[in-house]
Amino acid sequence: MAERTLISPAQLGRPRGKAVYWGVLTLVVLLFTLVFLGPLYWMVTGGLKTAQEFAESPPTTVPRSFHPENYSHAWNVMQLSKLLLNTLYYAFGALAFQLVLDVAAAYSLSKLRPVFGKVILGMMLATLMIPATVLVVPQYLTVLDLPVFQRNLLNSPWVIWLPSVTNAFNIFLLKRFFDSIPRELLDAASIDGASPLRTLRSVVLPISRPILGVVSIFAIVGVWKDFLWPMLTLPDPNKQTLNVGIYSLAQGVPENWLVAALAMASAPTLIIFLIFQRNIMSGLTAGSLKG
Amino acid sequence: MSAPTLSTSDKPVQPPHHGPPPEARREAFVRSVRRNLSAHSFLIGAVLCFAFFSWYPMVREFLLAFQKTEGGKTTWVGLDNLDYVFHDPAFWQAWRNTLLFTALALLLGFLVPFVIAIVINEFRHAQGYLRLLVYLPVMLPPVASVLLFKYFYDPGYGLFNGVLHFLHLPEQQWLQSTSTAMLSVVIAATWMNMGGATLIYLAALQGIPGELYEAAELDGAGLLRKIWHVTIPQTRLILSLLLLMQIIATMQVFTEPFLLTNGAGPEGSTTTVVYLIYQYAFNFNNYGGAAALGLVLLVLLAGFSAAYVRLSRDSES
Repeated sequence: MAERTLISPAQLGRPRGKAVYWGVLTLVVLLFTLVFLGPLYWMVTGGLKTAQEFAESPPTTVPRSFHPENYSHAWNVMQLSKLLLNTLYYAFGALAFQLVLDVAAAYSLSKLRPVFGKVILGMMLATLMIPATVLVVPQYLTVLDLPVFQRNLLNSPWVIWLPSVTNAFNIFLLKRFFDSIPRELLDAASIDGASPLRTLRSVVLPISRPILGVVSIFAIVGVWKDFLWPMLTLPDPNKQTLNVGIYSLAQGVPENWLVAALAMASAPTLIIFLIFQRNIMSGLTAGSLKG
Repeated sequence: MSAPTLSTSDKPVQPPHHGPPPEARREAFVRSVRRNLSAHSFLIGAVLCFAFFSWYPMVREFLLAFQKTEGGKTTWVGLDNLDYVFHDPAFWQAWRNTLLFTALALLLGFLVPFVIAIVINEFRHAQGYLRLLVYLPVMLPPVASVLLFKYFYDPGYGLFNGVLHFLHLPEQQWLQSTSTAMLSVVIAATWMNMGGATLIYLAALQGIPGELYEAAELDGAGLLRKIWHVTIPQTRLILSLLLLMQIIATMQVFTEPFLLTNGAGPEGSTTTVVYLIYQYAFNFNNYGGAAALGLVLLVLLAGFSAAYVRLSRDSES
């Protein structure tokens, strides 16, 4: 039996304790399923109902008749394929930029230790102290007319990709992981004549797979969930993300179609989560506190 | 207490004749330059991104707050922007709303996950399933969760009024009434966001040594006293860290009220400070005012951020 908790095992072992335990457990499982899975069930089945049945009160638990065509109508009318592809493009682009640039930076700060490395890390971490929403306005003005390059980044994928690199928290997580890789391993590689890049590729990255998984999932989910920034910087309806596109189309669509669209928009991250839930949970609890 | 030295460099000065020969020194210098070049080339991409999208906007936020831009001309106006926003009645309403949201969100969003974590932690079965359920809403796109809640809150056919009706309780106007709009936003926001906190509490609870509970039982402590005297002191650090984190996050709330009540709500009852910043900047084109508002928020949150950083540094050592 695992480590004991609040309630003593002796108390649990008695017949009365057992009965209470199983009773409470059943109650909690039912309640949680209702509260957290219920809305999802309501959403998926709501998308299958007719418009009349959808607006009924109290709602039917099982649709009287199934209308999967709501899903295909919603898919076509709201141009979900385009919104979905846009979001995937932004999310995986942001992931690529973060994996290359943030991993390289964390590796350099942790293992190559350049002059001013501490100052640079400090300045990166300082950005965590500034409330993110405060920076939205000056960031928006900056991407309107990027200094030096004199480019307007609105409606271009760069406006999502490049700012996503400025994730001090990810760099910090990666650096802490790299710090835990023993020095001798890297020295051995460098005695064998490996360049820093080669060492990163053949020694550091293979060991770091768990943390890379966590950072990747956070990167994708971050773009998937973001709302304010893409709403401001991608005004062109053809370039929008799922969140923004659905929000701006929500008014003119029948409600049962809209709910079907919501179900389809939620599916990708939920599936990612169900596949990688073990990594996400461990990453969350390992890293989230040491900000 | 170190011996006084005249040298200003942090390396001991080599006496001229005992150091390595000049060629070796030059070689070491070349090697260090080369090492630094390669180290900095690994850093440059991220540093440029930070420079353009974090550090420069940070400086710009401060400048903007004291400037006015009209017809493409930027003039320095000192404290005029701050003066302007302080005299805007919407400013005080937004702060009252934001503080109300923060208070309610802490009451629900801080307490509920802790209680849920304690409950889940007691079970020997179904723990994985319960953990999964609690975290599920975090993975939904916010537009999906928000529109779901909009349907649930609907005064006509909404699920919540259906439940109240079933329980013979008075039905509510939810988002449509000034007295319940903010609470409705907080309930939705708590459902959407509490998964992360719950998992962190669970991890902390699992680190409490069981002997402490045994000792408390020998002293005759009941369930509540065990929570009060063992569970809470043992998780104090994580509780206070998450409390600070949630204060910082909830005072910046934007997406939930923006999507649920179009930002303002009935009679402006859900206008938050960040929504006001958004309005100043993107509806009124008053970037100076927006920056001034941002600066006020920044100053108020700086203390919490500093406390958070200090506390998390202490927890490392």
